[in-house]
Amino acid sequence: MPELVFLLMAAVAVVSALGVLVVRDIFRAALCLIVLFMTVAGVYVLLHADFIAVVQVLVYVGAISVLIIVAIMLTRDARQGQPLGNLKYVAGAVAFLLLAVIVYSVITTAFTLSESAPLEETVKPLGKLLFGDPGYLLTVQIAAVLLLSAILGAIAVIREK
Amino acid sequence: MTLLDQFQLILKSQNWPDWAVYLVPALVGIIIIISVVLTVVIVYIWWERRLISRFQIRLGPNRCGPEGIFQPIATAVKILLKEDIVPEKADKLIHFIAPITVFVPILLIFAVVPFGEGAILADLNVGIVYVIAISSISVIGIFMAAWASGNKYSFISGMRSIAQMVSYEIPVVLSIVGIALVVGSFSMLKIVEAQNIPFILLQPLGFLIFFLGSLAEMNRSPFDLLEADSEIVAGYHIEYSGMKFAMFYLGEYGVALAYAGIITTLFLSGWQGPLLPPVIWFLIKVMMVFSVIVWIRSTLPRFRVDQLTAFAWKFMLPLAVINLVLIAIEVLVIPANLQWTMVLINFGFAAVLILLWSKLFTLGGGRVEV
Repeated sequence: MPELVFLLMAAVAVVSALGVLVVRDIFRAALCLIVLFMTVAGVYVLLHADFIAVVQVLVYVGAISVLIIVAIMLTRDARQGQPLGNLKYVAGAVAFLLLAVIVYSVITTAFTLSESAPLEETVKPLGKLLFGDPGYLLTVQIAAVLLLSAILGAIAVIREK
Repeated sequence: MTLLDQFQLILKSQNWPDWAVYLVPALVGIIIIISVVLTVVIVYIWWERRLISRFQIRLGPNRCGPEGIFQPIATAVKILLKEDIVPEKADKLIHFIAPITVFVPILLIFAVVPFGEGAILADLNVGIVYVIAISSISVIGIFMAAWASGNKYSFISGMRSIAQMVSYEIPVVLSIVGIALVVGSFSMLKIVEAQNIPFILLQPLGFLIFFLGSLAEMNRSPFDLLEADSEIVAGYHIEYSGMKFAMFYLGEYGVALAYAGIITTLFLSGWQGPLLPPVIWFLIKVMMVFSVIVWIRSTLPRFRVDQLTAFAWKFMLPLAVINLVLIAIEVLVIPANLQWTMVLINFGFAAVLILLWSKLFTLGGGRVEV
């Protein structure tokens, strides 16, 4: 059963990822991206990482894709999309090279599989790991300060004089 | 152990195949939930019409069946028989998908609403975060409808919907964190079981913030800027008719039911209550919450756009942060058996903070600020 669901998710993910690239209408491409985010959340559920799955939906579908859509609203000719530029062959070669590197590294890496049973309750251990004593508290705080300074910087840049 | 798990065990003991043990209880549960939701939505439509006409000193629909109870069914038949019109310039595919994208997440919310002890479809350990995540998908559906219609008014409504949802999500989430701190879990069943004192008494400020925020999330008056009939005609569903419009209409009441259920679960101690069976208690509380929503709709005028966002960022967000810090200190300092002192302290703080902030919170003396 889980294998079947995973294959379904993976197929939808691949198709929608291709859709993001191929579809001309930018708004439809953004919607394809949302479908992709949802399937990734589904894969997290299959991996028993329910908190990560929910946060994936909350952050990527609920916030980031909304931001992308708002950005699309500010572009002209959203339905036609951007025509290919002069450098299309160079860009294609670079993209293909990058794809080759990623595929090669994924195939050659020996992933270690965990034998332990999945956790029943994921929120508490995650919280302890992030904010507990032998945890990543400093990292979390640094990330928070970094985000805050990025927000302040963005406001300072766009502020009217 | 939920009722669904018990059903699965029974099927397993009768040697059903594995996939059937997994699928049959889930399908039965889904069908029960959908039929309950649709029935209650019909009652809601009738109740809102009758109640709002009382508030406006008129009778309301009273011809179709006893006390007009069949009026919503007549409305549904009328809507379904209408011609399905799609504008020439519309993006037809997205125009078709948009009502589904609005309606399906609303049904998904009911998976974690506990109707009684164990009567829940899925007792997720991330329950309430799941609700917030799923309900944020509806914004995209609304925006799809607004964009695909190719209409200026629906487009304005789409922009408003994004401004509104993004602003109000933050105070709502912060007020939920206050509950999670007291309960120590996100699971909806555990939240209900932890409420010996309903959380509306324990966290009055959190309740107010969550209630107002969820009014904004479900686009009810006074936050119904996306549909504001007098300014942008009907907003995002201006170009919809027939079955697709019915999906939006159902979704509007469905989300009201979902949020009434969640407010009941989080703040009004869910299904708990003396004498009557749990489901009845749950439905009574849900109807009470909905009646208050209708009351607010018929009393308050609609917000202006600048007031709407200013209210979220300048009023609700600071209060939500203060509320969160306050609850966190109280959870550390006050022992669990002295919760009534917490009630008194929190009511005092809520009154002082709201009075203080309503003095501080100004909007340029009637000037429209951009």
